[in-house]
Amino acid sequence: MRYGREPEVLKDISFELERGSFHFLTGPSGSGKSTLLKLIYLAEEASRGRIEIFGQDIALLQRKDRPLMRRRVGVVFQEFRLLDHLNVFDNAALAPRIDGRKPADYRGDVADLLAWVGLGERMHAMPPALSGGEKQRLAIARAVINRPDILLADEPTGNVDEAMGLRILRLFLELNRVGATVLIASHDAELVARSGMPVMRLEDGQLAPQADFATERAQ
Amino acid sequence: MTLAFDVNRWWPAPLLPRQDGRDLALLFVVAALSLLAGLAAVGALAGHRAAEGWRTELTGSATVIVRAQGTETADEAAARAADVVSGVKGVAEARALEAAKAQALIAPWIGPGGLPADLPTPRLVAVDLDRGAPATGAAIAAALKAHGVDADVDDHSRWSAQIMRAGAATEGVALAIFALIVLVLGAVIAFATRQGLAARHEVVEALHLAGATDGYIARLFQARFARSAAQASLAGAVLAAVAAAALKASTAGDTQLTALLPIAWTDLAAVAPFPVLGALTAAVTARVTAMAALGARP
Repeated sequence: MRYGREPEVLKDISFELERGSFHFLTGPSGSGKSTLLKLIYLAEEASRGRIEIFGQDIALLQRKDRPLMRRRVGVVFQEFRLLDHLNVFDNAALAPRIDGRKPADYRGDVADLLAWVGLGERMHAMPPALSGGEKQRLAIARAVINRPDILLADEPTGNVDEAMGLRILRLFLELNRVGATVLIASHDAELVARSGMPVMRLEDGQLAPQADFATERAQ
Repeated sequence: MTLAFDVNRWWPAPLLPRQDGRDLALLFVVAALSLLAGLAAVGALAGHRAAEGWRTELTGSATVIVRAQGTETADEAAARAADVVSGVKGVAEARALEAAKAQALIAPWIGPGGLPADLPTPRLVAVDLDRGAPATGAAIAAALKAHGVDADVDDHSRWSAQIMRAGAATEGVALAIFALIVLVLGAVIAFATRQGLAARHEVVEALHLAGATDGYIARLFQARFARSAAQASLAGAVLAAVAAAALKASTAGDTQLTALLPIAWTDLAAVAPFPVLGALTAAVTARVTAMAALGARP
């Protein structure tokens, strides 16, 4: 994967995420973690190579089918990407709304989820009025509201305290337990350690040999 | 203070942010274009009516210039010519103009004193033609010649063609201006849609990545611009109708201006479909533009 004439950001990477697996993606800044996630959530197209998602080669995927695939992938963006003109509730309800569901069918789920991530009292608030942690929790709620088959998260605990970080991890583990495949890009070694989940480490655009938690922590 | 949020009464908010200053500028431009298009439409209708009036007037009449012969007086020659012309097929009525009327017609050129009484002047016969099947100038001339009347027939054909061309040109220019304004309106909306997409790229990106189809996103812009264009077109159309009504009222006593631009009250109805046309133009343009812009994304 390369941007224009720049050097390749990702090269010679080959891996497979089993359905229902849980992985952390680590590596130094600029190692290609975000790019790898973008390829999976179809925000970028690989300049070479082959990517299969849900058993489908995405290069052969018709344009009309791409949105349906995106709906099966929940994404927690590092920069949140909340819609500032919509309140917390509307932001969290975005995915089911795009899915075409009736508001009465999902508003209870949205309210429950927002309460669970600690935003039950902030449902009317607009994103600019939220703290960094609140924005992060809202971004997570928005990503998981539709129970995606794959959950991708880019530094999902970067702006929350340890307790909330663990709570978010439990949410991810819970989603994983009910079948979601989870891939989390994170610098949070403590969180990675607590999860006990396998780690994929990117270095200079390539996957490093499988590292265990001890190695990761030492680094 | 905690604001109450009643989940059961929640209803989705608009996905696109409310209008901002750029949208207001667009509304102003669309309203101005609608005003100009409305005036052009009313102008085209009035121009068409004027041209039709001129055509009817020119093709519905003819003038016979009669010269007396031998011992026959000018009045007798004119009366005889009128009799002859009345019998020609395609002539509704022919009447000899009295000497005084003939003098009045040339008074602007020779002054109020008139011509000397002993100067032989031709008499005129005014001919009203059958609107359905008018007689030709040649047929009238032939009839007069057959009855030994020395006369020339002027069926206005020398200059009616020029006037008809002028009328058609007036209509054509008004229609061309109208078409140009509609094209400009489409271009303005296309530009505004691109600007709107660029200005709201974060919203578009978020919707795109959340699984919204291109059509879903395009529909948001389509609805937004259609609604705005309908409102602005309505404002422009109302202003155009008011301006045309004011023009009609202000020229009511002026026969020359009224003949040049005979606006009818019914012409004001021409602007009635503008809001719908504006909305449709905006909807189609916005959709095409948005789909093209979204198509460039992965």
